[in-house]
Amino acid sequence: MDVKDIIKPENLVYGKSDVILDNVMHYCPGCTHGTIHKVIAEVIEEMGIQDKTIGISPVGCSVLAYNYLDIDWQQAAHGRAPALATATKRLMPEKYVFTYQGDGDLASIGTAEIMHACNRGENIVVFFVNNAIYGMTGGQMAPTTLIGMKTATTPYGRNVELNGHPLKITELIAQLPGTCYVTRQSAEAAGPVRKLKKAVRKAFENSAQKKGTSFIEIVGTCNSGWKMSPVKSNEWMKENMFPMYPLGDMKDE
Amino acid sequence: MGELRLMKGNEVIAEAAIRAGVDGYFGYPITPQSEVLETLMARMPWEETGMVVLQAESEVAAINMVYGGASCGKKVMTSSSSPGMSLKMEGITYLAGAELPCLVVNVVRGGPGLGTIQPAQSDYFQSVKGGGHGDYKLIVLAPNSVQEMNDFVGLGFDLAFKYLNPAMILTDGMIGQMMEKVELADFTPRWTEEEIIAKSGTWATTGKTKNRERNISTSLELDSAKQEIFNHKLQAKYKTIEENEVRYEKFMCDDAEYLFVAYGSSSRICQKSVELAREKGIKVGLLRPITLFPFPSKQINEMADQVKGILSVEMSAGQMIEDVKLAVNCRIPVEHFGRYGGIITSPEEIVEALEQKIIGG
Ligand SMILES: Cc1ncc(C[n+]2csc(CCOP(=O)(O)OP(=O)(O)O)c2C)c(N)n1
Repeated sequence: MDVKDIIKPENLVYGKSDVILDNVMHYCPGCTHGTIHKVIAEVIEEMGIQDKTIGISPVGCSVLAYNYLDIDWQQAAHGRAPALATATKRLMPEKYVFTYQGDGDLASIGTAEIMHACNRGENIVVFFVNNAIYGMTGGQMAPTTLIGMKTATTPYGRNVELNGHPLKITELIAQLPGTCYVTRQSAEAAGPVRKLKKAVRKAFENSAQKKGTSFIEIVGTCNSGWKMSPVKSNEWMKENMFPMYPLGDMKDE
Repeated sequence: MGELRLMKGNEVIAEAAIRAGVDGYFGYPITPQSEVLETLMARMPWEETGMVVLQAESEVAAINMVYGGASCGKKVMTSSSSPGMSLKMEGITYLAGAELPCLVVNVVRGGPGLGTIQPAQSDYFQSVKGGGHGDYKLIVLAPNSVQEMNDFVGLGFDLAFKYLNPAMILTDGMIGQMMEKVELADFTPRWTEEEIIAKSGTWATTGKTKNRERNISTSLELDSAKQEIFNHKLQAKYKTIEENEVRYEKFMCDDAEYLFVAYGSSSRICQKSVELAREKGIKVGLLRPITLFPFPSKQINEMADQVKGILSVEMSAGQMIEDVKLAVNCRIPVEHFGRYGGIITSPEEIVEALEQKIIGG
């Protein structure tokens, strides 16, 4: 079998989702955002909801998510995506609406908006990408930055007295009666990616069934901000992030 | 003849919104405008027209809900009063930057800070000169009666959609709380999804169908060269608005030797001042800007050929006066008068100020 046989349609076992555009991604090599985009795109395609899905992009590295997924998008001010999603879903209840937010966007500047959207039980899906750092602005401390972790604004390591504690916002969100599904996933290898995809599908299905807010945290890496190679970042994440942010479902109703 | 009622200005905003076929209202309580949200909640328009009404967790959230709804091509609005408007400025500049239509109502109270809950006109700069960051303009309408509170809801949305720009009704606690006779507008049905697609399908995020490219509602442009081109386009739009949408009213101006320039509540009070002054033999008229952006600069400039001096009357320390002075270009004296910090100016005080600052000065 040569290359020409391998690329015949009948031999294809995997392809790029049509929902992914051909634009070159601006993400750093090794960044988790790209993988998460791919998973969301695949689920949208498989569910056949491309024409009914509206994404809300945040301020953060994924601000340009609208260049990568071929759906309608709204670009929100920093932290405000859940407010946009609230109105969009209420005004077009038959559509699928999701926000895509980083830890600075969702857990710092946008804490009020995410808490209240989840507490109202808006029928939206929230993707919360926790890389424990502000990627876009050059690697400053995030609310989820671990104790001792060095960032541009914690050059000697995060210190509780100076910087407070890491915020486990997903655990707080799971307490809110408006949420129906709260889970923490990751995307560093094929196994976790498959699990993440199941979670994404469940979240969109919950939205169709008007069950309330589905909230998926994805623990990810920022190798540029962490100043590590992609491989080393994944190891560091498993060793340091997972104990603080354990994977699994917190709520599934 | 439409339905006649005796209503408060704030209640009329709510009623007019339902009748204008508004799709969504998002607000947060603050005196002196809470009746807007209260009236809507009591009216339950979702049962009648399907209109969404939501008490948001903050003004920040409310204006960003407006951004989301406006992005869908829906008719959406919010209202607040001064401290709440400060919070909305972030969302307003994003709306302007994304060229989204919406209606924002500011029922002004005295400031700065938490200030007072009594009426004032001290948010002129914030409304007309920016407030949020960046080079943007709002279309600003200044009603001076409960009737105009009704009329400007429909007008505000018409202009907002015509120019894809946020429109603002800039009023104050006096008009908001005052009861007057009002002729309500007839009901306009809410737009169907098909109508929205026909009207705003080139930009509204209603879901990407096969026959078109994806729509993106954004104010971001990382390429400065493109951002500059976009800014030129915005400025050209504002110029068109200035050319086409100036609205003003003249009262007793034909034989006037002096002029009051006043908007909103102050213009109502100035009508009385004109009468009082004329009883004393002072020939004064009133020019009332109805649109604050675009400002009736040309009309004020023309009046400067006729009158000897202008008293700019506003319940602030003197904000609109800057635009009046620019319009007049130093050709005749222009002075400011007005009580502020929540005190309403009396008609007599205004005549006295005219005599002292303009006629005597
Ligand atoms: C109101 C406002 N404040 C600050 C910023 C600057 N800013 C841009 S992105 C960002 C942090 C984003 O971090 P995060 O949400 O963790 O996303 P990441 O870039 O790591 O994916 C900040 C502070 C902004 N754009 N707007």
